[in-house]
Amino acid sequence: MKASEVAALLDEPACAHNKKEKSGCAKTKPGATAGGCSFDGAQIALLPIADVAHIVHGPIACAGSSWDNRGTRSSGPTLYRIGMTTDLTEQDVIMGRGEKRLFHAIKQAIDDYSPKAVFIYNTCVPALTGDDIDAVCKAAAERWGVPVVPVDSAGFYGTKNLGNRIAGEAMFKHVIGTREPEPVSAATQAKLGAGVKSHDVNLIGEYNIAGEFWYLAPLFDELGLRILCTLSGDTRFHEVQTMHRAEVSMVVCAKALLNVARKLQDNFGVPFFEGSFYGITDTSQAFRDFARLIGDPDLTARTEALIAREEAKIKAALEPWRERLQGKRVLLYTGGVKSWSVVSALQDLGMNVVATGTNKSTEEDKERIREIMGDDVKMITDGSPKALLGVYKEYQADILIAGGRNLYTALKARIPFLDINQEREFGYAGYDGMLELVRQLALTLESPVWNKVRAPAPWAVQKAVGQPLVA
Amino acid sequence: MAEILKRAKPLAVNPLKASQPVGASLAFLGLKNAIPMLHGSQGCTAFGKVFFVRHFREPIPLQTTAMDQVSTVMNADDNVIEGLKVICEKNSPDIIGLPTTGLSETQGTDIKRLVRDFREQFPQFAKIAVVPVNTPDFTGCLESGYALAVEALIDVLIPESRTAGRRKKQVNVLASSMLTPGDTEAIKEWIEAFGLRPVMVPDVGDSLDGHLVDQETTPLTLGGTPRSEIESMGESAATLVVGRSLNKAADLLRARTHVPDYRFDHLLGLDACDAFTLALAEISGQPVPERVDRQRAQLQDAMVDTHFMTGFYRVALAADPDLLVALGQFLTGVGAQIVAAVAPAKAEVLASMPCAEVRIGDLEDMENMARAGKVQLVISNSHAAQAAERLGVPLLRAGFPQYDWVGGYARTWVGYRGARQALFDLANLFLGHHHDAQPYRSLFWADGPRQHEIAGASPGALVPPAGPGLVGH
Repeated sequence: MKASEVAALLDEPACAHNKKEKSGCAKTKPGATAGGCSFDGAQIALLPIADVAHIVHGPIACAGSSWDNRGTRSSGPTLYRIGMTTDLTEQDVIMGRGEKRLFHAIKQAIDDYSPKAVFIYNTCVPALTGDDIDAVCKAAAERWGVPVVPVDSAGFYGTKNLGNRIAGEAMFKHVIGTREPEPVSAATQAKLGAGVKSHDVNLIGEYNIAGEFWYLAPLFDELGLRILCTLSGDTRFHEVQTMHRAEVSMVVCAKALLNVARKLQDNFGVPFFEGSFYGITDTSQAFRDFARLIGDPDLTARTEALIAREEAKIKAALEPWRERLQGKRVLLYTGGVKSWSVVSALQDLGMNVVATGTNKSTEEDKERIREIMGDDVKMITDGSPKALLGVYKEYQADILIAGGRNLYTALKARIPFLDINQEREFGYAGYDGMLELVRQLALTLESPVWNKVRAPAPWAVQKAVGQPLVA
Repeated sequence: MAEILKRAKPLAVNPLKASQPVGASLAFLGLKNAIPMLHGSQGCTAFGKVFFVRHFREPIPLQTTAMDQVSTVMNADDNVIEGLKVICEKNSPDIIGLPTTGLSETQGTDIKRLVRDFREQFPQFAKIAVVPVNTPDFTGCLESGYALAVEALIDVLIPESRTAGRRKKQVNVLASSMLTPGDTEAIKEWIEAFGLRPVMVPDVGDSLDGHLVDQETTPLTLGGTPRSEIESMGESAATLVVGRSLNKAADLLRARTHVPDYRFDHLLGLDACDAFTLALAEISGQPVPERVDRQRAQLQDAMVDTHFMTGFYRVALAADPDLLVALGQFLTGVGAQIVAAVAPAKAEVLASMPCAEVRIGDLEDMENMARAGKVQLVISNSHAAQAAERLGVPLLRAGFPQYDWVGGYARTWVGYRGARQALFDLANLFLGHHHDAQPYRSLFWADGPRQHEIAGASPGALVPPAGPGLVGH
């Protein structure tokens, strides 16, 4: 990929961060850098496409430490969990045999696993030696009759966030718009109910972590919202092909794949909105936004009815938990946009967010944080373990909610923790996901282990106080 | 002598291999007040970090020179110098490990010269040891990267000396990547039982055993071999080398220090334990302590008790070479049969594998060989869980990574007690998946009251096997 192409991807007009100096896209500092590379980001964005053979083209480090490590779930094929890499050898690198190996590797994947498509992730070493993966993919697709999609995502191109965009760009360039969706069959229509008109929608940036989207999927069916494609939780290749026919796209939780939504709007006139499925308020808002953009009064009416029913149900179910969690003080460190949606979920439970990460936030983001959380909220820009723990103590927080990276920051400091990132084991989305969320919150907050691990050993107390041991 | 079968396919499916830079990082993580910095793109480090965090369930200090597009194309020398400077200023570690990656090696970095340049530019950091090591990921595997790092460490920190034996009770231990924190602890206790004082290099048992400390955060390792101890290795009475992968490192140590060494391929099972015990008795000049004798007798008892389960047990193994051979010899030593042996990369020790052939390959190869060999048990890392599930047999987790299993990193395999527990676990896995003969229903029962005992079972036929989760015993 050329530097100009990278620059073009970094310039995303639909992104609120675009105008400001972007910390997420700033130059990395040797010796003081955390976070993944572009390949990481591209793989995260596309790996959940379940019936695709995902081949990592490069030596072992890229796939070897990363395959089958995400929490994303599929309701059907499990091909995406099979780790595939060309595992380039020194000979391949020196003799320039990478392209040849890749070509035969694609054949092997097709012969052995009959994938619906093959995705090729380019990584640093072949990008540096100049393997023409576009040409190999094209030749392989012609030769074996299976779509082969190049995802040029060498790690040195930049950050994980850039990798997400590269992934989106690859889908837009090679996959989206290459197939038309099937019409809704009479049998399905009958199940929906005669008067219900179905509408086609996309979800972009939903990864079905721990299967959490399945809490919501039945509600989409009930409303007659056919999800043409989720990019990319529990999705299939043929669904990505049809994304251009949706009536509306929802960008879920993150700006990572905003470029796909924006291009669907520019090129195919598919409007989009940004929303979240975390918390009661945001989940309901998401359904309202679908109804609003689709503009079908019947859908609007049915949506309101569904929201009223679900909210009543979940609020009753949460009541006993609210008493236990109310007033607990939360230090939230997620960076980025995800914060708001989680804040809304926590406020639904009567919890206080006393501080939040604003590392990746723009001025408008910060304004909105103040709006939601009041002026007293502490905004954190330094996410180092030491700084986080400092704020935790200063603001007398009861729990740290953050990504897996900070899990052991919290545990080593003996404080309760909730993981809200990709690797987590539990789904929190939608109305029913809230029940899992409160369970996990209470589980860590109320755990009896904290007091036991904070107390010094009995003999240490004796020694510290300077008392002689009782005879 | 096993025949080594070379990699035969273009695509690696379900890779077994973890990379050399990751292995080198592990070696440095076993040193005190240390931090490895990978010379490559930030992803090399991020993936390595997640790999170890999930395995050890610990915070892992690991940094990167963060090569971007410009430095990749033009020159990344400044990244190395700046990275070293930043770490020295911020964290003042005792040791910085500096492994290269596929990216920087393809670019063509001269990592040793860069360290010299750093020394010239920043003499104020002269006290901080920097250990550069070439570990491209297009050769070798975790084990070889680890071994290269140990060799580089010796090269940088241990001077030429003629002081061997000055510390009569001190013994060096060079510990291969196959050893878990539980193993290194057991080895130290073993040595101490003979009145000796071990200097274990690296010592992941001291840094990655998972222990809460008063300090809430630390940007460096939480324990491990102190630098001063490493520098004193030239005065030890003997060196114990565990794992053939460390042979080159051991050669270098011996050449530098003239400390006599004892080499062991592994410490799994009775024979290996006996050899190690004997060496300790010889070095210390002391009789074998009674409790070691007692542990040995306990292991022998367990061998007798469990041989009904371990005999003819058909096992598939996939692991880095040292561990593969350790497990292979241990298992065949109790009557088991190796139906599949797969290693991610070539190594000299593989020839000692007690089976007909060792495949250089991946977990797909293991799965296919295991199926053909009617496997009963798989021993490999957590990635093999999918394969074991498809094969319908249990998985005993060993090696890296173990992310779906709590405490795998802490397991003790070595020593008499480790072997005994391993035998118990193997036997229990066998018992838990033991299939009786399929019941047969007689033709004549159709005429009598037994006709309706089981719905759908036809007379004169085997009863259909129970569905998943309903294993008949």
